[in-house]
Amino acid sequence: MNSAISLSLSSASPITVRSYDGAASSSSSSDLFFRNNSAPSQLRFCGLKREAFSGCKSSSNAVLLKQLRQNTKISASLSGNGTPSKGFDYDLVIIGAGVGGHGAALHAVEKGLKTAIIEGDVVGGTCVNRGCVPSKALLAVSGRMRELQNEHHMKSFGLQVAAAGYDRQGVADHAENLATKIRNNLTNSLKSLGVDILAGVGTVVGPQKVKYGKVGGSETVITAKDIIIATGSVPFVPKGVEVDGKTVITSDHALKLETVPEWIVIVGSGYIGLEFSDVYTALGSEVTFVEALDQLMPGFDPEIGKLAQRVLINPRKIDYHTGVFATKITPAKDGKPVTIELIDAKTKEPKDTLEVDAALIATGRAPFTQGLGLENVNVETQRGFIPVDERMRVIDSKGELVPHLYCIGDANGKMMLAHAASAQGISVVEQVSGKDHVLNHLSIPAACFTHPEISMVGLTEPQAREKAEKEGFEIGIAKTSFKANTKALAENEGEGIAKLIYRPDNGEILGVHIFGMHAADLIHEASNAIALGTRVQDIKYAVHAHPTLSEVIDELFKSAKVKNDVSCAVAEPIAV
Amino acid sequence: MAQLLNSSFTPTTSSLRRQCHSLTPRKSTQIQAKIREIFMPALSSTMTEGKIVSWIKSEGDKLSKGESVVVVESDKADMDVETFYDGYLAAIMVEEGGVAVVGSAIALLAETEDEIAQAVSKAKDQGSVSPAAPSQDLPVESKVPDSAPVAKAAASVALTASTHPASEGGKRVVASPYAKKLAKELNVDLSVVVGSGPMGRIVAKDVEAAVVANAVAVAEPAKAVTPALGVGSGSVVPFTTMQGAVSRNMVESLGVPTFRVGYTITTDALDALYKKIKPKGVTMTALLAKATALALAKHPVVNSSCRDGKSFTYNSNINVAVAVATDGGLITPVLQNADKVDIYSLSRKWKELVDKARAKQLQPHEYSTGTFTLSNLGMFGVDRFDAILPPGTGAIMAVGASEPTVVATKDGRIGMKTQMQVNVTADHRVIYGADLAQFLQTLAKIIEDPKDLTL
Repeated sequence: MNSAISLSLSSASPITVRSYDGAASSSSSSDLFFRNNSAPSQLRFCGLKREAFSGCKSSSNAVLLKQLRQNTKISASLSGNGTPSKGFDYDLVIIGAGVGGHGAALHAVEKGLKTAIIEGDVVGGTCVNRGCVPSKALLAVSGRMRELQNEHHMKSFGLQVAAAGYDRQGVADHAENLATKIRNNLTNSLKSLGVDILAGVGTVVGPQKVKYGKVGGSETVITAKDIIIATGSVPFVPKGVEVDGKTVITSDHALKLETVPEWIVIVGSGYIGLEFSDVYTALGSEVTFVEALDQLMPGFDPEIGKLAQRVLINPRKIDYHTGVFATKITPAKDGKPVTIELIDAKTKEPKDTLEVDAALIATGRAPFTQGLGLENVNVETQRGFIPVDERMRVIDSKGELVPHLYCIGDANGKMMLAHAASAQGISVVEQVSGKDHVLNHLSIPAACFTHPEISMVGLTEPQAREKAEKEGFEIGIAKTSFKANTKALAENEGEGIAKLIYRPDNGEILGVHIFGMHAADLIHEASNAIALGTRVQDIKYAVHAHPTLSEVIDELFKSAKVKNDVSCAVAEPIAV
Repeated sequence: MAQLLNSSFTPTTSSLRRQCHSLTPRKSTQIQAKIREIFMPALSSTMTEGKIVSWIKSEGDKLSKGESVVVVESDKADMDVETFYDGYLAAIMVEEGGVAVVGSAIALLAETEDEIAQAVSKAKDQGSVSPAAPSQDLPVESKVPDSAPVAKAAASVALTASTHPASEGGKRVVASPYAKKLAKELNVDLSVVVGSGPMGRIVAKDVEAAVVANAVAVAEPAKAVTPALGVGSGSVVPFTTMQGAVSRNMVESLGVPTFRVGYTITTDALDALYKKIKPKGVTMTALLAKATALALAKHPVVNSSCRDGKSFTYNSNINVAVAVATDGGLITPVLQNADKVDIYSLSRKWKELVDKARAKQLQPHEYSTGTFTLSNLGMFGVDRFDAILPPGTGAIMAVGASEPTVVATKDGRIGMKTQMQVNVTADHRVIYGADLAQFLQTLAKIIEDPKDLTL
């Protein structure tokens, strides 16, 4: 099955090449691929795009693809780790077995590298154990609760449901079980590929040298041709906040769902805070957001944020204080409630004191980079983050690259998302196995799993406007609504919009933002388009099954107005 | 998608438009023409009415051409509607959540600040444009006229209860997010609502209760006032349904041979305990009910009754009914399984029952399943009284005020203790004097050493 697909791909590539050439020569706007043609050949973007463009330029594309496949086959038949380069214990040692480290390890094995991964805690890191994974379990519950509790919604389906209730422990167990399952899957996948999992805390002791071992126990020094730091992050707790793990908690505690407080303050209204507000309100809590910036959901496109507030905040049992800092948070004790002192973010004047049942600190995450032995290679962290260049190569205190040392994921702070870490890891492995690679972070999607979901890729409207002004181009905005989508209406989930930010002059997609049912799954059409460099005028001819939610995105691309409707898409239909 | 909606702002009426274009003296037309109506735009060909999702601008805000003013939900999408004129948003005529027919006015735009007032009065004249009220969970609210004296009356009643420790003596309102939202929606002034939530905070049901209380207060005055007048003027006022029921029960009680046993109980320890756990929402009523229930558990016969004149009916549950005076009546909400439920849940339950009783929303099982009744007039300073036994039960206890009393101790000293008198009325067919005496002894022990109450 797999081979059949790759075969058809490789036969498709020459056609692609031809059509690209044709378009380039016939097109009046020769700057269509300006950047890619004029850029130095080593400056490439994400993997798929590179292959597509190398195909444009060289006829050896098919050969290259074939080689890649052969490599895969060989390593697969070896069923695991390769043999290390001379003089080293390993080709690649990864410190930290989170999603980033795992993704890098898998790709390294595929590339035939002898790989080890050092983990001081449990395999899976934050995402699997204390982050995205268990929170999805809780959100799955909250989504269903929300639906079942919404009598109006049920009635409109003609359904009758008796009062929905929940068992807290059962919900908590679901999250715990999911984390355990995914953790085991991850561990097994590493083991079956033959990646050595070394237990203990990893420390860089010098160039290409790492020691590991339990704290206070015996330590082993190993050498590696290349080292990737992927130690991730921990919840960030601001000064003045006393976390007791019971009434003042971080996401680590909240995911265990030991209590469902009647009234909980969530400090920070980003992804984490928003997702937890969804969980808590579905389970019956009332929520107060404390946000330092003037607006809730500061990271989102303002228009999406506004709509999200209208749907996710205003009708729910949530209120908020914006433009305030929580300077002091004291846990509940001796019959006294949790107290939260608020000051004005600008004037620093005391503003209010909240007395509530619990507080969740969701003010972001801090890199976990202590004890890594960075001083041994002369690296200074910046606010805890390990400085890296665009290829994830670690930069030392003199601003020079540290050879053979890379840092991926939350520890470098470029984009604190599990899949970004994994993509960065794959990018590094590409480089150490001899192929230059630069990851296009603008093609990495992000999602917030509220009900409905929020997702985005690329620039927000203000960011795009700023860029447009600086570089002197126009931007266009297209919007479509879930209200006009058949599938969404069938589900009674018409609330939501999709928004496209693009360049009307050449059809480049700058950003896509979706708020609506299954937005997190819908974003990939856009993120793949950005990664591959597909233009609006090309993708709009792609066909979407009817009736599906994907048609929201289809409509979005179709409603964009590109001035020169130059196409460089697959011009000739392939007979089947 | 079309962002510019030409239909959104047009001059007020066609006649005005004509005037504008005609050569009538400027002065007279200028004034009127400067106040423009903002219409509900047609956002799609199939749209007949639109819902105001939110006003982006508020009354008095300055608008400049092209700015988004309002978000309108059509059958297809939510869209920002922009203004085509500079000016001031003078009056919003359809509030958020309201629905308006396409082409009807939803707000007025004044060209200068001076004309805002004029526009506002115009908006009032056009009050016939009735905004569809947003759907409400409590339809009662819409019927409640916003009359100040009523609100105050409710307030004076309400303020007698505990205030939140964080409220700085009532200066600050501590209300949960949903309570605040509801209060805003239902036009309830939170400063006069009593909190029954943890630490005395106002929670959603307090707001709902306040609305109901207001509604009852509004609905009742006629009833409440007439009898008062009637007494003076010698007229006859028929019983309400509840008063009729009370009357029947009282007469029925005459068929039961009752007797009374009294006891004096020292309450210093109980008072101390109450002080300690009051911030957690515990009420004295709940404490007394709990103590009574624990004593009843040890003396099941006091919890029994005589239904047919031939046998003891031992009740499987200890359900303590507590008499509550309501407007023009008396009702006995029941704390079920009071011996088993912990004191905090019991207190919450009690508050809920009282709220329901005031709102006349008690379900039959919530007032008719008592196996033992408590009647407390202590809060009025009554030191002792006796109660009539409600039919179907075995005993009722009348509780007097707990007051500092000079007592002589066995070692010949004189001291002061806080004491209260209780007086049990019981059906002698099943409960005998010794039973009551032992029961009261147990009760006194529990109240004088109340550590078991918080278990």
